[in-house]
Amino acid sequence: MAQYLFLLYGDEARDAAMTHEQWAALLDQHDAFSKAIVDKGGSIVSGGALQPSSTATSVRGASPAGEGGLLTDGPFLTVKEQLGGYYHVEVPNLDVALELARLCPSPTGGVELRPVLDVGR
Amino acid sequence: MRDLDLAEECTQDAYLRALETWARDGVPDRPGAWLTATARRRALDVLRREQVLRRKLPLLVEDDVPPEPPPDDGTAALPDDLLRLVFTCCHPALSQEAQVALTLRLVCGLTTAEAAAACLVSAEAMTARITRAKHKLGASGAPYRVPRAEERSERLEAVLIVAHLVVTVGHTAPSGGSLLRADLLARGLHLARSLAQLLPDEPEVTGLLALCLLHAGRRDARTDDAGLPVLLSEQDESRWDAPVLDEGRAGAARALAAAPTGRFALQAALAAAHLRRPEPDWEHVVHLYARLLAVWDSPAVALNAAAALGLARGPAAGLVALDRLSGDPVLQRSHYLPAARAELLVRAGYPAAAERAYADALALVGNDAERRHLERRQAAARSAPGDPARSAPD
Repeated sequence: MAQYLFLLYGDEARDAAMTHEQWAALLDQHDAFSKAIVDKGGSIVSGGALQPSSTATSVRGASPAGEGGLLTDGPFLTVKEQLGGYYHVEVPNLDVALELARLCPSPTGGVELRPVLDVGR
Repeated sequence: MRDLDLAEECTQDAYLRALETWARDGVPDRPGAWLTATARRRALDVLRREQVLRRKLPLLVEDDVPPEPPPDDGTAALPDDLLRLVFTCCHPALSQEAQVALTLRLVCGLTTAEAAAACLVSAEAMTARITRAKHKLGASGAPYRVPRAEERSERLEAVLIVAHLVVTVGHTAPSGGSLLRADLLARGLHLARSLAQLLPDEPEVTGLLALCLLHAGRRDARTDDAGLPVLLSEQDESRWDAPVLDEGRAGAARALAAAPTGRFALQAALAAAHLRRPEPDWEHVVHLYARLLAVWDSPAVALNAAAALGLARGPAAGLVALDRLSGDPVLQRSHYLPAARAELLVRAGYPAAAERAYADALALVGNDAERRHLERRQAAARSAPGDPARSAPD
């Protein structure tokens, strides 16, 4: 089994313009996606939708003791598509993860699939 | 990463030995006839080495299904761990360039320099590409297996491209003393046959196999006794392997009948068209190249199309078409463009310009046999008819 983060990127302007019906339909798709994970022999470690990138605060250059650093009002990267949600998933292998990534609902952008590094000692 | 390199060398060595019998005796009809007892023992060796590969690559996720042991009656095909390896190396999580690089290196035993020349990139770029691809496969949990039927055709195009590249490099080694790399040609052919067994109704696979056979069938005629390349038009037909070429022509016809027609079917049709004696129908060849360029926009194809145009409609037309390609960054690293230009300049009656074009080609050529061939052509151009003071057309 291998672990992956599904990072859901989207165009926040378009996301914000969604109607109630569209939002409800999207939530249904997320339910279906969660079920698909289990159907394919995997499990969800955690997941969640994020508040918009305008609510983010970024920190760069703080010392290891937690002093100093530069605080920025906004996300780390100023790009068109921002991170809107995530799933941390455990599945048999990359092929299953790729099938799921195609099913993962992110209509105004897409999904980045990132394997989780095992740092256990 | 170190373990992968070790496993890689074991695999390459085993395949090379397993295939040398096959390469020497030519292409047999039935898969079951491929393996002599010796080769089968070596193939089992390959399987054992495959276990080494899996043990030493713990991050490559194991498939649940254990590999089938080869049946004892010798009628089954070579247990295609070759296919398993190739499909893994051609995983969709890798870019196409990475797939090609990894397969050429891990499956086919090319050196990094040879793989670089086959892909028309620098050796440094190829090294970086291979390193990244290996790491991506290991770290991302890619399973080591042949894709299931429902995923397979999607994964197939990359594999076909790679198999074709292997045959192309086998046909003309980019560097080194000998024009033919029979072992690489045999590997490419073996890969194509395995795919044809697995996917007999896939026209592009049929096309690929036909293309490989049409190359392999002329292997013995391609160089003269001094090891210099012989032009197709001058090849001794008695050294052609007629049954192999017949099989290739039949395969090309079958593949071409499919719609839409793919690039491998068209390339096979082109290879068959070039074999026509006494002279290919160059207009037909030009037409096939036009169809090929429509589905495959490649600088190498464009170069060959321009050369064919020169043969169909006169050297001036060919030179105009070649000049349109002179800015292509991929072609600028290859000796083929100035060499083709030189040939046409000789035919057009511009020996001085031809000599300069041969000099440009010689500065880029990597293969010793091709170098000697170009030097011979350059010397012939010096003494060719035509006014040396006449400058080439713009």
